[in-house]
Amino acid sequence: MGNGGSISVKEATKVYDPDGAKVLALDRCSLEIGPGEFSVVVGPSGCGKTTLLNAIAGFHELTAGEILLDGQTLSSPGKPAKPGSDRIVVFQNGALFPWMTILENVAFGPLAQKKMTVPEAREKALKTLETMGLTLIAQDYPGQISSGMRRRAEIARAMMCEPKVLLLDEPFRALDALTKIVAHQFLMEVYDAQKPTVFFITHDLDEAIFLASKVYVMTTRPASIKKILDVTLPRPRDYRLLASLEYQRLKAECQDAVREEALKAFSAGEREM
Amino acid sequence: MSDTALPGLTAAPSLTDAPKALPPSGLWGRLGGGFSRWLKSSSPWLNLLGLVGFLLLWQLLSRVLKVPLFVKLPGPWETVVEWFSPRPVYGISVFTIEYYQHIGLSSLRVFLAFLLATGLGVPLGLLMGWKKTFSDYAFPILELLRPIPMLAWVPLAILMWPGRESSIVFLTFLGSFFATLLNSWLGVKSIDPAYFRAAASLGASESLIFKKIVWPGAMPFVFTGLQISVGYAWFSLVAGEMLAGEFGLGYLIWDSYILVQYPVIIIAMITLGLVGSLSSFIIRAIGNALIRWKVKENG
Repeated sequence: MGNGGSISVKEATKVYDPDGAKVLALDRCSLEIGPGEFSVVVGPSGCGKTTLLNAIAGFHELTAGEILLDGQTLSSPGKPAKPGSDRIVVFQNGALFPWMTILENVAFGPLAQKKMTVPEAREKALKTLETMGLTLIAQDYPGQISSGMRRRAEIARAMMCEPKVLLLDEPFRALDALTKIVAHQFLMEVYDAQKPTVFFITHDLDEAIFLASKVYVMTTRPASIKKILDVTLPRPRDYRLLASLEYQRLKAECQDAVREEALKAFSAGEREM
Repeated sequence: MSDTALPGLTAAPSLTDAPKALPPSGLWGRLGGGFSRWLKSSSPWLNLLGLVGFLLLWQLLSRVLKVPLFVKLPGPWETVVEWFSPRPVYGISVFTIEYYQHIGLSSLRVFLAFLLATGLGVPLGLLMGWKKTFSDYAFPILELLRPIPMLAWVPLAILMWPGRESSIVFLTFLGSFFATLLNSWLGVKSIDPAYFRAAASLGASESLIFKKIVWPGAMPFVFTGLQISVGYAWFSLVAGEMLAGEFGLGYLIWDSYILVQYPVIIIAMITLGLVGSLSSFIIRAIGNALIRWKVKENG
């Protein structure tokens, strides 16, 4: 792709329930994500990572500050947030429509946007499934396939829209270790092929460093950016990297930063949001 | 934390894999696929044994022991003889036209009322579940009207509607309407909010979201509601027919009571049970045909 996809978050602030409990979820959080960058956000549970993702996705408005995509304002106070097919979200618990086959799910985006006719969307969906190695499950319903397959199909559905930005909210959280490895490789292949800007939330530091071009460590709530790590490991990446010295160094650095915040969150009695 | 991404560990079955629901139980449920399997198991014999035991107990209590509570009840044997007699003593058997006129008219009333209740209840329930403003308007009225027992509507029904026929259909409609409405509403509420976000994120318009998310997502609940509501429809129908009918199974039961034709009461009751099951079976079959994804999910 490579056609844009830079995100700037400027002093983003979000207060939940401003008339009542006034929960400050984001506090003047700023970050710049370059086009085609694979950014991974780590931080303690409930720190506001998902709040930031939802603001970029356009699911809710900011209380203050703004978010720009390629210089265009996506979200600012007073400008009602709107989801757009240039930013597709892959959800924490998966959101493939259970009443549609995988093929129908994958073809949904272009049809919903009226960019393609049914046969065109079908053909492209089949091609996408084929390049992603998912042809065998095209006619299955999501309930019939494994959770690892479902995550991959959901990423395929997102990529069908050729989004500038792919937003993933702990997509592999519930997968077992082996399935996770396969899912990581899958996501890396998809990324290397299309180079969308990626905004990926996780708790898992191995996952973060293995996937990322940049790791953003967030503070405990109210969230802001604590540390940015450049991950210069070469691409395409492979699991042998996990044994390399550079990887160990990055992980130690990352761990130190996260540990501090996790302890703060723990002593504050933070719960999952 | 570090070993979560290392290969070589045994793969535990994922916790998020959808739990497989149990296959539908009961005779009607089994008719769907594993009928021959059911036939080969011990179930049909146990079913039969239970039924025969029930009939024997009935015969014993009412005719052999003549227990005071049951002595006025016609025995199963005389009921069956009357039911299948070409020349029935009380004029109602499978060989008389009247029998089918009663069934036909009751079924027609239920069908009309059910159609109306579905046509109004499903769209209204879906809209209420989908749009908060809509449910804000409608909720208080519905919560006020819903708990009123159907029988309390009888005088109004007779006052409001011209003729018996429309008042009976109205009462039957009321019985089934609220169950349909409530289940359709719950159906939308049961849809994972992530589906709405996903659809919006993928660029779906409001009308497309209704067509592709609200409607199919609520469908399993809607059909559960329809099965309940058709039961309520029969319930209300009998009450309506007893009070205002000139024909129909409910009327037949009451009329036979007044005319001391007790076996006919039992015949009409069993007939109600049979047509009731048949109607709910038809709805389940239609539901299963429309909700293929759910059927496949459950294996």
